[in-house]
Amino acid sequence: MIDQHRVVVTGVGVVSPVGIGVSDFWDSLTEGKCGITPIDTLDMSTLPSGIGGQSPEFRVSNFVPKTYRKSTKLMSRDIELAVVAAHQAATDASLPTRCLIERNELEGPAIDPTRFGANIGAGLICPELNELSEALTTAADDAGEFSLKAWGNEGMSNLTPLWLLKFLPNMLASHVTIIHDAQSASNAITCCEASSHLAIGEAFRSIGRGVMDVCICGGAESKINPMKVARFGLMNRLAESSDPQGACRPFAADRTGTVVAEGGGLLILESLDHAQSRGATIYAEIVGFGSAGSTHHWAIPDPAGEGTTLAIRKALKDARMTAADVDLISTFGAGMVEHDAAEQVAWNKAMGSRVAEIPALAIKGSVGNSGAGSGAIDLAASLLAMKHNTVPPSRNTDARNSEQSLGFVQGDPIDAPINSFVSVAYGLSGVQNAALAIRKFTE
Amino acid sequence: MRQRVVITGMGWVTPMGDDIEGVWKRMLAGECGIGRTTIFEADTFPTQFSAEVRNFDLARILGASADKHRDASRNAKFALAAAKQAWDQSGLANWTTLNPADVGVYLGGGEGPVDFLNFAAAAVKGWQSGQARGLDALDGAAWGEVAMKQLDGTCEMEQDPNMASSHLAVCFKAAGPNANTLTACAASTQAIGEATAIIRRGDAEVMLSGGTHSMIHPLGVTGFNRLTALSNRNDDFTTASRPFDRTRDGFVLGEGAGMIVLESLEHAQARGGKILAEVVGYGSTADAFRVTDIHEEGRGPVASMTMAFKEADMTPGDIGYISAHGTGTSENDKIETLSIKKVFGEKAPSTPISSIKSMMGHLIAAAGAVEIITCVLAIRDNIVPPTINLNTPDPNCDLDYVPLKARKVNVNAALSNSFGFGGQNDTLIVRTFE
Repeated sequence: MIDQHRVVVTGVGVVSPVGIGVSDFWDSLTEGKCGITPIDTLDMSTLPSGIGGQSPEFRVSNFVPKTYRKSTKLMSRDIELAVVAAHQAATDASLPTRCLIERNELEGPAIDPTRFGANIGAGLICPELNELSEALTTAADDAGEFSLKAWGNEGMSNLTPLWLLKFLPNMLASHVTIIHDAQSASNAITCCEASSHLAIGEAFRSIGRGVMDVCICGGAESKINPMKVARFGLMNRLAESSDPQGACRPFAADRTGTVVAEGGGLLILESLDHAQSRGATIYAEIVGFGSAGSTHHWAIPDPAGEGTTLAIRKALKDARMTAADVDLISTFGAGMVEHDAAEQVAWNKAMGSRVAEIPALAIKGSVGNSGAGSGAIDLAASLLAMKHNTVPPSRNTDARNSEQSLGFVQGDPIDAPINSFVSVAYGLSGVQNAALAIRKFTE
Repeated sequence: MRQRVVITGMGWVTPMGDDIEGVWKRMLAGECGIGRTTIFEADTFPTQFSAEVRNFDLARILGASADKHRDASRNAKFALAAAKQAWDQSGLANWTTLNPADVGVYLGGGEGPVDFLNFAAAAVKGWQSGQARGLDALDGAAWGEVAMKQLDGTCEMEQDPNMASSHLAVCFKAAGPNANTLTACAASTQAIGEATAIIRRGDAEVMLSGGTHSMIHPLGVTGFNRLTALSNRNDDFTTASRPFDRTRDGFVLGEGAGMIVLESLEHAQARGGKILAEVVGYGSTADAFRVTDIHEEGRGPVASMTMAFKEADMTPGDIGYISAHGTGTSENDKIETLSIKKVFGEKAPSTPISSIKSMMGHLIAAAGAVEIITCVLAIRDNIVPPTINLNTPDPNCDLDYVPLKARKVNVNAALSNSFGFGGQNDTLIVRTFE
């Protein structure tokens, strides 16, 4: 490996259906709480599901400098989630960014903006339906049919001029880089549920090769939008929803599909030198990254789990670790019938008998599937588990059985020394797989 | 060891055609790929023209396997066709010892075109029903009824921006690293830079990289029209794209794909692959200034070009051609000019710069990939394409933009810039292989 710099995690920011900020989030996970509820902002009765994981309420203007409050009008929900997660991450890292200094939450001087980058994964951002529908309706004819001619003529002028800027996937990173003054490389990985892992892995490489010293990385997405529910419904991905708290059942024998959610997770990664020179508290060291494509099909998971297996193997190899060195398996498990089965196969292949010896974690029974944000939320949970040497229960999972070698904690959390874990994520549509190996930091 | 990275294959699908040599000839002749929009009925829109890909037939390029990808979005189909050309040129198809895990994909792919009319039908029904019920909001039930009936699951899934990258992995058996970035108009330049970094660090031997995008659909044009980013010159559309000209009034929306095969030098040489050029420098920065405007002093573009020079260990005097981002918007062209002056100093006035967007419009996420291919061709043939429609000098744009006519000039290395909404800046430097 040519990377010259060791890379450590110094901050974790999370916005999830079970809490904003690491403390609330961790408490909820250890208590086995569930953030899936009926969505009550709109009548969802004609959609295939009316449930989802919604974040606790927040006002995004409380997470930006005063001078930036006006710009919050240009934020879609996805952008808001990223902005809040970014504030949480920088705060958790005690990282003196422009935002925290201007808000008088930390003292300057600020870190060097030219050595500070962002890599924030994003989904396909859905238009705000009320806003767009009201405008589109101005182009309806007398019979109530939408007229493209009328839209071109007059209708579109009912849409706010900067409308498009709310829905470009790189706007998550764009707002965050402005708010925190990060002027180095900025990237916006858009690979559905694999986005966060890819973004964090690429940030690890960028710092490793010296492009930047600090990177804010992860992902955010809101699927709490009727359009996203309709899309997932049409793709046959949604769980049976009569019991919201029991709907998303990762790897369980009776799983029926996934549940939409909103969420964001961002990590502060730093070169070890940078972290130590500012006296930062270090969560963990990123030691391995692997990314692989499945060549089986672009929309159907490979029952042999090849792409996922390769990603895990590459991350372990990169970390110079073997399965025996892993203490915790951080699964993706969205509750999908075929995807979860393929993932189980991949863990068996990549980790062998070790899978049956160590605990695993699957949190989507509590937080649902927030797409590009979900991987980083998984990582946040596992980082906290490592920090506390505690594995929280994995809600709505089964204990080990003949079909499932992954061992999920049931009921109360268990104490377990965790020196390292491996985490994987993959897109439900598409072929992207990414894995990260993370270890407790030792000199 | 840090791997050197070379280009061994190139392909594109553009508004001026879909074969490398034909399009290159038309570019050098200063032709124009802009016409009245036919993909949808745009005759009442503020902008009624665009640079469409015409007569595109995936099967003509991809052969029988095109049928497998028939449900792919327009973007993914463009990418497959461009990648096939690049793959064939590289000769890798005949390289039987190629390990799929050593081949990756890194794309700057846009979201697939929205299923707009069906979306609009649901929106209108939902809003009208909400009005009738005195809600002043969407009636979710009425919306959902139409949406679930009229929208299609496959079409929705194919809109996910990673899908083109996914189709490529399956079609070309690329089991290595796979990612898509969507940093607006800078995406494919960024993708090629990141793909190069992946090979340099040894994570793959071969990367299919580039970009693909079509925003020529009602919602895409609406978004840009509302931003007043597009030219409105409906009665003179063939001269509407006027980068660096004082009368410029916005960009012209184009569509298409550009794909290249990147390879570690070692791998290319071991198999006797023909090397077209070497990728030597990559820079990527954020303006971190405003969501709506470019930094007035060109802070981000200057830093991006500087970063690329540093990696390439080259100086501005080494550059024979700059492929400008050159969109034809008032702000971009002025600040890009200023940025080039800051980085190139006394070499700025004597370095030929052009914007091929004058001829084929702005391919958005795909623009950078098509432009880097243009750079490689300029190096190969020692000739640079013109900026057409540049008749009225602008005091803010006073460099040598190769107006109107292609020019024979020695090009050993070329620099390509791409800038995106939100302050994304990316630069690549390619050089003749020695």
